[in-house]
Amino acid sequence: MNVLIIDTSNHVLGVAIMKNEQLIGQIVTNLSKNHSARLMPAIDKLMAEVDMQVEDLDQISVAKGPGSYTGVRIGLTTAKTLAWALQVPVVGVSSLEALAYQGQFFDGLICPFFDARRGLVYSGIYQWSGDELIAVEKDENLLFDEMLNRLQSTGKRVLFLSPDIAKFKEQIDVALGELAVIPAGPYHISNPSHLGLASLNHKPEDIHGVTPNYLRLAEAESNWLKQQKEKENNG
Amino acid sequence: MGELKMTKDNIILGIETSCDETAVAIVKNGTNILSNVVASQIESHKRFGGVVPEIASRHHVEQMTVVLEEAFNQAEVDWEEIDAIAVTEGPGLVGALLVGVNAAKALAFAKRKPLVGVQHIAGHIYANRFQQEFEFPLLALIVSGGHTELILMKEHGSFELIGETLDDAAGEAYDKVARMLDLPYPGGPEIDRLAEQGEETIDFPRAWLGEESYDFSFSGLKSAVINKIHNAGQRGEVLKKEDIAASFQASVVEVLTAKTLRAAKEYNVKQVIVAGGVAANKGLRNELQKQFNEAQIPLLIPPLALCTDNAAMIAAAGTIAYQQGKRAGLDLNANPSLELI
Ligand SMILES: [Zn+2]
Repeated sequence: MNVLIIDTSNHVLGVAIMKNEQLIGQIVTNLSKNHSARLMPAIDKLMAEVDMQVEDLDQISVAKGPGSYTGVRIGLTTAKTLAWALQVPVVGVSSLEALAYQGQFFDGLICPFFDARRGLVYSGIYQWSGDELIAVEKDENLLFDEMLNRLQSTGKRVLFLSPDIAKFKEQIDVALGELAVIPAGPYHISNPSHLGLASLNHKPEDIHGVTPNYLRLAEAESNWLKQQKEKENNG
Repeated sequence: MGELKMTKDNIILGIETSCDETAVAIVKNGTNILSNVVASQIESHKRFGGVVPEIASRHHVEQMTVVLEEAFNQAEVDWEEIDAIAVTEGPGLVGALLVGVNAAKALAFAKRKPLVGVQHIAGHIYANRFQQEFEFPLLALIVSGGHTELILMKEHGSFELIGETLDDAAGEAYDKVARMLDLPYPGGPEIDRLAEQGEETIDFPRAWLGEESYDFSFSGLKSAVINKIHNAGQRGEVLKKEDIAASFQASVVEVLTAKTLRAAKEYNVKQVIVAGGVAANKGLRNELQKQFNEAQIPLLIPPLALCTDNAAMIAAAGTIAYQQGKRAGLDLNANPSLELI
């Protein structure tokens, strides 16, 4: 089974091809630039490099967020449309879950997160049990302080994984001290082959139905809902 | 560019997502619509009083493959018959455009088809080719929420800008005035409807911008309407919404019609085309028809469904680009401020 894996949900642009659970090739850049222009050429190049025809693909796996709204949409639109055109299944994987694969050999809690501005992060809590990744707390959009409180209350060691780690390192050290484990640079960068591995544990979704995992309403929508609530309370 | 090669039928798949319509169409030879599917989001944006870009982009992702499938079902063509994929690359909302562009690239790659980028306004012009074959030189008046332009075409695929708005687009002015009158979104058709019932009791200004100019300006008119409503309110005077609408529309229509007519005569054109969402405006259509009838210059206005955004027009413009050998690469990107010329 040949799987094409796509991740443009954050700074990284990653594409990989796996054949029967084995990685055949991948292209990863961590430049946070122009995913829209660069994704299809990267796929085209990788397919040529590994000498595979587009018709040989049996599945498309894609990072469905959270992350940059636009980035998530570029990857998901490409994945859905490819899957629809080729009549193959599409599998969406949480971008946080894929990142948690970087901690497969860590004995403790794993906290992958992405900066969501204004003190907020997209984050979840994961833990490895043998070769199974368990979501201890589901992905959420929450204050990083709130997440640190939760982690602190467990008293367990925590591995932090995030492309935005530099911005939050001090906060982590203050809150968790010795319990916090922060690896070196490359471990914080999502790897499309991990996303591919993760996707093998998920069922394909309906191609039309796969939607981004934004974890947040559009601003106009949350403002509108707020207004409706106020109207109700005042009326 | 000379004669276009037409040895066999060209069937083009068009994709359009520049604003709040997710649209896919399949078109034969740039003149026959085999299918034209539009998933409108208008209901979703109504409560916000206008198109919210982020929400538009979210809908596009959800609708894209559904609309694609529907377009193929309705057209009853196979992928083998498709010669190329045409997609709106701009102008428009960048996040919205990106969905269409990336879908088109995925299709071009998966099905090994040539890819053609289309400028949205060229699409609006080519919507008229479903009605009648073009005869050059022709003049196109583009009026929409984002555009007010006069364009001269001497041959297929070539566009010369001879006039444009210096501030607001005509459709924008309609939307703003509609908001001041507390009309539901979208406001343009509401003003058109009210104007029919009202009378031109207020003498709003006409922005001619000099005798030679083919440019437009609607911000002064918009301010005049605001002032009028404001002053009337202060004096406790009640203005009929119908009359404000009729007076506002009279100013817009007079300027658009007069400049278009003058340009048509000066450039001695064989046809005049009206395109864009505001081309659906009855007041404008009627006046144009009357004036061009008198001047005996053929006027083409597409049917309502083809005035608003759709993908058939993108496929039609894409057909010409395809036949002229224009191709986009897999690095094609959305270009929110792409110019026609
Ligand atoms: Zn348009």
